[in-house]
Amino acid sequence: MRLEARGALSPAMAIVAPFAAVVVTLAVAALFVAWAGAPVGRTYALIFEGGFGSRFAWSETLTRATPLMLTGLAAAIAFRAHLYNIGAEGQLYLGALAAVAAGGLHGGTGFDLPTPLLFAAMVAAAALAGALLMVLPAVAKTRFGVDEVVTTLLLNFIVLLFVSMMLDGPMKDPTAMGWPQSVALKEELELPKLVERTRVHAGLLVAIVLAALAWAVLRLTTFGFEVRAVGANARAARFAGVPVTRTLVLVALASGAIAGLAGAIEVAGRTGYVTLDMSPGYGYTGIVIAMLAGLNPLGVVAAAVFIAGVMVGADSMSRAVAVPTYIADVIVSVALLAMLVATLAARYRLRLR
Amino acid sequence: METRPSPQPSPRERGEGAYAPVLRLTGITKRFGALVANDGVSLELARGEVLALLGENGAGKSTLVSILFGHYLADAGTIEAFGAPLPPGDPAAALAAGIGMVHQHSTLADNLTVLDNVMLGTEPLWWPVSRRRAGRARLVATAQRFGLAVDPDARVARLSVGERQRVEILKALYRDARVLILDEPTAVLTPQESEALFSTLRGLCADGLAIIFISHKLDEVLRVSDRIAVLRAGRLVATMPAAGTAKAGLAEVMVGRPIPPPAGKPHGRGDVACVLDHVVMHGERAGERLHDVSLALRAGEITAIAGVSGNGQAALVDLLCGLRAADAGTVTLGGQPLPAEPRAWIGAGAARIPDDRREVGTIGDLPVWENAIAERYRKPFSSAALVRRGAARSFARKLCDRYDVRGGGIDVPARTLSGGNMQKLIVGRALSGGATRADRFAPTLIVANQPTWGLDAGAVAWVHQQMLDACARGAAVLLVSEDLDEILALADRVAVLHAGKLSAARAASAWTLSELGMAMAGEGTRDAA
Repeated sequence: MRLEARGALSPAMAIVAPFAAVVVTLAVAALFVAWAGAPVGRTYALIFEGGFGSRFAWSETLTRATPLMLTGLAAAIAFRAHLYNIGAEGQLYLGALAAVAAGGLHGGTGFDLPTPLLFAAMVAAAALAGALLMVLPAVAKTRFGVDEVVTTLLLNFIVLLFVSMMLDGPMKDPTAMGWPQSVALKEELELPKLVERTRVHAGLLVAIVLAALAWAVLRLTTFGFEVRAVGANARAARFAGVPVTRTLVLVALASGAIAGLAGAIEVAGRTGYVTLDMSPGYGYTGIVIAMLAGLNPLGVVAAAVFIAGVMVGADSMSRAVAVPTYIADVIVSVALLAMLVATLAARYRLRLR
Repeated sequence: METRPSPQPSPRERGEGAYAPVLRLTGITKRFGALVANDGVSLELARGEVLALLGENGAGKSTLVSILFGHYLADAGTIEAFGAPLPPGDPAAALAAGIGMVHQHSTLADNLTVLDNVMLGTEPLWWPVSRRRAGRARLVATAQRFGLAVDPDARVARLSVGERQRVEILKALYRDARVLILDEPTAVLTPQESEALFSTLRGLCADGLAIIFISHKLDEVLRVSDRIAVLRAGRLVATMPAAGTAKAGLAEVMVGRPIPPPAGKPHGRGDVACVLDHVVMHGERAGERLHDVSLALRAGEITAIAGVSGNGQAALVDLLCGLRAADAGTVTLGGQPLPAEPRAWIGAGAARIPDDRREVGTIGDLPVWENAIAERYRKPFSSAALVRRGAARSFARKLCDRYDVRGGGIDVPARTLSGGNMQKLIVGRALSGGATRADRFAPTLIVANQPTWGLDAGAVAWVHQQMLDACARGAAVLLVSEDLDEILALADRVAVLHAGKLSAARAASAWTLSELGMAMAGEGTRDAA
């Protein structure tokens, strides 16, 4: 049994691979559903119905998909440059905290800015906070060769403890009956709802526009060429004259900024304040979404909707059948593994004998 | 310690004496997709003979021995060793049958001693202690018997390339190899080291070993072998005794057509284009260091740097490609000092051809057209931060046309190109300077590091011709090569790099082969003037 490299990766393969991965994922998850003693067909039907079966289901799915698109995008563009930013979770939290600091404490910045300016300050603060978290990993990687997977991952824990400290200290909401919860964002700063009587907010449009923008930048600009060249072969890129270090640092900052923005959009679009459970691992799920999307920014939008649908659907399904919602986590995790195998299978052919 | 029983000579072998085949390959065929790497190859190897497997790069030599050694599975055909069929695709079985392989590039563990390396893999993993004393005795005995002197306790990292190769041979003999396969063994040796290897091989044959010697160098094949088998495009096209075969005829059999000699070797000495003045470079490894190197490259002249790789070539080439800066001394191109920034060198007219096409010369996952503009994606192929796709793609198309890059058009990933086409893309990119017309750009300096390594004869001739043409148009050419034939065919002046020191550059005709060999081995190196 051996692996043999295929020639060029055909476009058809690149499209088929994620779908094959999803099919395998559902098959594997079916084993766990059966193990839980529930009927597999009905469980999946309920997940689908809960995620995509009604207007309400769609609204919840799209609400959930909004931060996932942004964290997925943060991972996708970084991974394109072979920069493995695993820290979107921390960047999201720090972005959310920065958004509230700019747009909530003392009724905003305390300088009595007009709302549009205050809104811009809030967004900028969140993006800056996320980008700031990537400075150390980027410099450590480009200067000293420190693995960014380790630094970005570990920073997540530091950030979460820092956020926890702020929520129990300087930024604690005095009216929250002792819950560790930040002060609320000024009401004028909240994002408008896209559809009445649902939670879908304008952040969805921001995410989609950013995805389209990222796609265009990667494909059409010199910077996009630099990112793809560095990601595909940094040594050859350097030989050809691509400024590798500069490219890596810029991508790191952009990736962190997008994840930080996800935090601001969650606060301004959905929660209104920061709590320690505002993200059920959006940062990590973003990695799965980026992989499922084949690191294509437009694919990220579709993958985020799919994963969000599974999560929302699993929530409503578990109320009907005795399968815990953790099946959604199983599906997300298996999807990552299946996608990795599918990518491998698209590039290599398994030869028995 | 007895690791495994020695392969017993078969009755056939004893009965038929010296001509009994120890190895018989019948109808070996191997396809990689549409490419037929081996096409019905049948071969026999007799006890005590050296069989040279001759062929161009890509003729199927390596595939054939990889099948023999069990690395690849043949699509058809059988192998018999000492009269018994050899199970396919099983390197362990090949080893057990007494087939030993010495790879072109050292496969030894650098941080272990000679003894460790030789014993590696011969002992069962579940046994708690290593029987080093028995292993040492066996190693010393084997070394003595075959006249291969080594220090069992020397670290491999400290050994020269020639010594490492000796250890590789010993490693095979330690495992009772009766058939030895050597894959391009002289590629990394100086002429003197090659000579020592040949006499070792003759000694082994006298002892009854059979040897398969893979090479594409005609001279050494005629010198060392008893029989010559010529492979061309996967087919065995001829088998002949070495004695009485002429070199010219052999070359035609190997290539399948007469090779025209390169035309128009320039002799005009122009102005000095590039000057290295007392350059010192530090580095962790020997290949990354230069000690006080001075050299002047003139327009219209090919200056070759001979030497065994790992003696500072990497440092010299990195310096002139704008990848590394000198730690002391100065480098100027066209009178100007340049920063260690590839773009600055490209902008100043340096055309750079790296030694590693796949890892440095091209970005494999990007399409051919993006590789074609990779050195000039900002100027002239962008405006306002956008890549000018139309201009870039039409340039790439013209480049592929003019430099005859074949294989799937400009949208396929560069890694799908064959080595020859990849090199044409790199050479074309470097020499055209982003201009679609030949009269719009002429490089001032060409830095070519092993530009023909691994190419077939047609592509080699093409690359040589491109360098000669550019030289005639006024480029100063620096050719770094391990291939003395290439150097002597092209260069006006030759300098030898050894241990980071460069000898004086002398006219190519002023060097004798043995002088070059001595200098490559570090004996009698003259300091640069």
